[in-house]
Amino acid sequence: MILLFIVFCPLLAALAILVGAPARRTALAASAFTLLATAGAVFQFDQAAQGFMFVSSLPISAEWRLSFILGLDGLSLIMVLLTALVTLAAVWFTGEIKRHEHAFYACLLFIAAGALGAFASLDLFFLYAFHELALIPTFLLIGIWGSGDRHAAAWKVTIYLATGSFILLLGLILLYRSVPEAARSFDLRVLQTAASAGQIPVEAQRQIYLLLLIGFGILISLFPFHTWAPQAYAAAPAPAAMLHAGVLKKFGLYGLLRIAIPMLPEGARHWAWLLIILLLGNIIYVGLVTIAQKRLDWMLGYSSVMHMGYIFLGIASANLLGMNGAAILMFAHGLSIALLFAIAGQVRERTGTLVLADLGGLGRVMPVGAFAFGLGAFASIGLPGFANFSAEVMVFFGAFHKGADFDRFHIFQIATLLALWGVVISAVYMLRAYRATFMGSMPERWLSVPDLRQPLRLPIALLVVALLWLGFFPQTFVRMLAPNFGAYFSQNR
Amino acid sequence: MITAPALEIAVLVLGLAILLVEAFAKDLDKRTLALTGMIGLAGVLVATFFLSPGTAATATGFWSFYTADPLAIFFKRFALVTTILVLIMMIDYAPVVRQSIHGATPEAGLGEFFALPLFTCCGLMWMASAIDFVMIFVSLEVVTMSFYVLVAFNRRNPASLEAGVKYLILSALSTGFLVYGITWIFGVTGETNLERIGAVLRSGGLEQGPVLFGIALILVALGFKIAAVPFQIWVPDVYQGAPTPVTAYLSVGSKAAGFVVLLRVLGPFFILPQVQRLLVVIAVLTLLYGNLAALPQTNLKRLLAYSSIAHAGYLLVGVVSFSGSAVAFYLVSYLLMTTLSFAVLVVVANQTGDRMEDFHGLSQRSPFLSFAMLVAMASLAGIPFTAGFLGKFFIFDAAIRQHQMTLLVVGVITVACGFYYYLKVIRAMYWESATNTASIPLSGLSRVTMIALMLAIVVLGVYPQPILDALYPRPVATATTR
Repeated sequence: MILLFIVFCPLLAALAILVGAPARRTALAASAFTLLATAGAVFQFDQAAQGFMFVSSLPISAEWRLSFILGLDGLSLIMVLLTALVTLAAVWFTGEIKRHEHAFYACLLFIAAGALGAFASLDLFFLYAFHELALIPTFLLIGIWGSGDRHAAAWKVTIYLATGSFILLLGLILLYRSVPEAARSFDLRVLQTAASAGQIPVEAQRQIYLLLLIGFGILISLFPFHTWAPQAYAAAPAPAAMLHAGVLKKFGLYGLLRIAIPMLPEGARHWAWLLIILLLGNIIYVGLVTIAQKRLDWMLGYSSVMHMGYIFLGIASANLLGMNGAAILMFAHGLSIALLFAIAGQVRERTGTLVLADLGGLGRVMPVGAFAFGLGAFASIGLPGFANFSAEVMVFFGAFHKGADFDRFHIFQIATLLALWGVVISAVYMLRAYRATFMGSMPERWLSVPDLRQPLRLPIALLVVALLWLGFFPQTFVRMLAPNFGAYFSQNR
Repeated sequence: MITAPALEIAVLVLGLAILLVEAFAKDLDKRTLALTGMIGLAGVLVATFFLSPGTAATATGFWSFYTADPLAIFFKRFALVTTILVLIMMIDYAPVVRQSIHGATPEAGLGEFFALPLFTCCGLMWMASAIDFVMIFVSLEVVTMSFYVLVAFNRRNPASLEAGVKYLILSALSTGFLVYGITWIFGVTGETNLERIGAVLRSGGLEQGPVLFGIALILVALGFKIAAVPFQIWVPDVYQGAPTPVTAYLSVGSKAAGFVVLLRVLGPFFILPQVQRLLVVIAVLTLLYGNLAALPQTNLKRLLAYSSIAHAGYLLVGVVSFSGSAVAFYLVSYLLMTTLSFAVLVVVANQTGDRMEDFHGLSQRSPFLSFAMLVAMASLAGIPFTAGFLGKFFIFDAAIRQHQMTLLVVGVITVACGFYYYLKVIRAMYWESATNTASIPLSGLSRVTMIALMLAIVVLGVYPQPILDALYPRPVATATTR
């Protein structure tokens, strides 16, 4: 019941807003209730139990063994919590909307509902379908309320994501078809049982994994399919960028963690080399590109592409430590990038520009904003104390350890060493951006710029507290993840 | 109990009755004729659920021409629903017809406009049941004849006239191909009944050349009906020129009937591998041409014409993959989303026009119409939770089962193209600002119809089972296991 409420609350609120309910109040209430319900689910969550909790299902088609099933395990609970947090922050940070206010909030809630539904679905079909629910709202959000070259950005992101999801769809249908007739089902649990019993042939695993890697990869902005992301995030209004970079992009990673790695271990092993090369592209190449950015929004967009590389590294290592790290890093990155985009949006609202060369000295007039951005930037770099640090440590150790399974110096170890340099790269661009925006001399015309409004400090505090909590107590999440991840890796050894 | 042919007879009688009433009752508001037609068709639709069970396939006499199997019943219902929707659109379109025809009375010509679809419907229903080449030919002609008149109905409008002439000439040509192909098949096998032709082909020992030549000629004719490349040249001009409800009817009814016949005709011939290979080529060409040519269109009616070619491509993928149920589901979803978009088009075009610019800022002028169009376009593009997505899902699932890798690769490319041109419509409605801010009036009947279509699109997008069951009824086990 609680899960049904979490998924359908934003959806129903969005429909109510479209019909004419007061936009901002309904949206805020809906996202607050969703977060409360999610918190309730976190407290009710039984860390000892195997399998999924809060399961509710509704059969759709017996012939296709298709049902609408919702359920949570540690991984999906973490993602749902991330979505609820970021949604509330994004709705809260939405300023005054001049055109079609109702449609704006409805679009935001549709994206949130799509992400929540995708993370909570235990059925392949609905997992895919819910994610696609966000496609047209994204197109509208960027196209109508975006800034800069918004039309080109909206087209690009839509075509990229549509193509990526279609490739993904083919991969998922192939996966469904690759299981023997008796075990064929869209239910993830049934598929996982069949896969663990070795019923998916090796050759099929390799083909399907490649399709899934490309499909999910496009959604995650895996190098070289990443070019849509910075452009879209730069053009999108801040709340849309928060939701998209913070939450929606994690859907692809979630899919890899939930479907590709556990169900297709042979495929993952076969294509590990390819993923390693591509993720180094994300970390090193995109990292260097990020340093060269001259606008704050583009810099943040590229940095979010770059950080996907670490999560990929955790996923590629395919061991308990690396996967735990990847899951927590997804959460941590979602919060920190949402915080950064929120502050960047506030800066744009006040100054009308995000070109780094024109900005400067804003720390004097908006100290709270500068402080929040600084915290976000430190988290993003991976300073100890923030969730990103503990997660990255797990990822690096996991990946290095994976390489140690082989007798010679392995590609995994080389990749880990190179990825460590990525931390330096992100320190360079984050600190430079901070200096250019908030320190130094400030143009006269911004002397009267106000600081963040009082109510906005609450969502910032929410995000920062979550980041710090996990930085000091990552064990909270590791324990939630343990039952299902642990079971999988003990079977797979 | 009712037997299946009674349905067609009822529709025919209804059409004749409406024509007669129109001729004698001069003062009647012509819209009552359309309403009568709709109510009559709805009655027939209800009657399809009370049919007596069909006769066995080996039957002789009349039943060797005509079948009432689930596929036939399914498409009879399909034709009836389509015709009802087209009649609703025609009521909205009536003012345009009135402008074009200068008769003695202000409503001259409307009676025929409302009566002709009934005859087309009768032909479509008949076509769904035809299992003999002679019957296929006759029913196809019934459909085509009434379309000749309907396409050129706005006869003072040069575009409509041109469309009519194009349709007449090319359709007649394709009919010629059909008859010639049938002759060759008959010459080789000595049969016109599809069942018996199949038996002859399976028994072997036939010379393959003439059979292939015959079926190729038949494919030309059917390719014309379903607008497959390279027989699609007529489509954009005819669709753009014809009265909009007729365009919707052509693109849904005529195409669906073409696919039913294609499914039936190809059944016996699929033991020849060449036929399947030929169809794969046609499907690839149709997918690519329809989707690529739709990209630069700036007129919505023309865009929908190309989109109809593109969807013929997806349907052909289903045909090549031997999946009757996927094709049937796709056709239903295509019916819903295409009629919805044409219904919106009719209303908006009455006010401004059918170019893309005329849709600019529609979200401000009429939020309801633009939302309806949004749903239609999302479904045409294939976004989940709409019927259009499940249609594509079933089609591509069938293609994966048959390992049609070429079709899959082409499919990915064309789906991406589709997103571009369908979202172009959404862009026009929501991004751009309106030049003309007058709100658009919408009749109650149309509003209810559009809401029903939107609901149907969403419900079928989540719960496809009713359609899948209708085509393959579950074995009646409950009665016997008692």
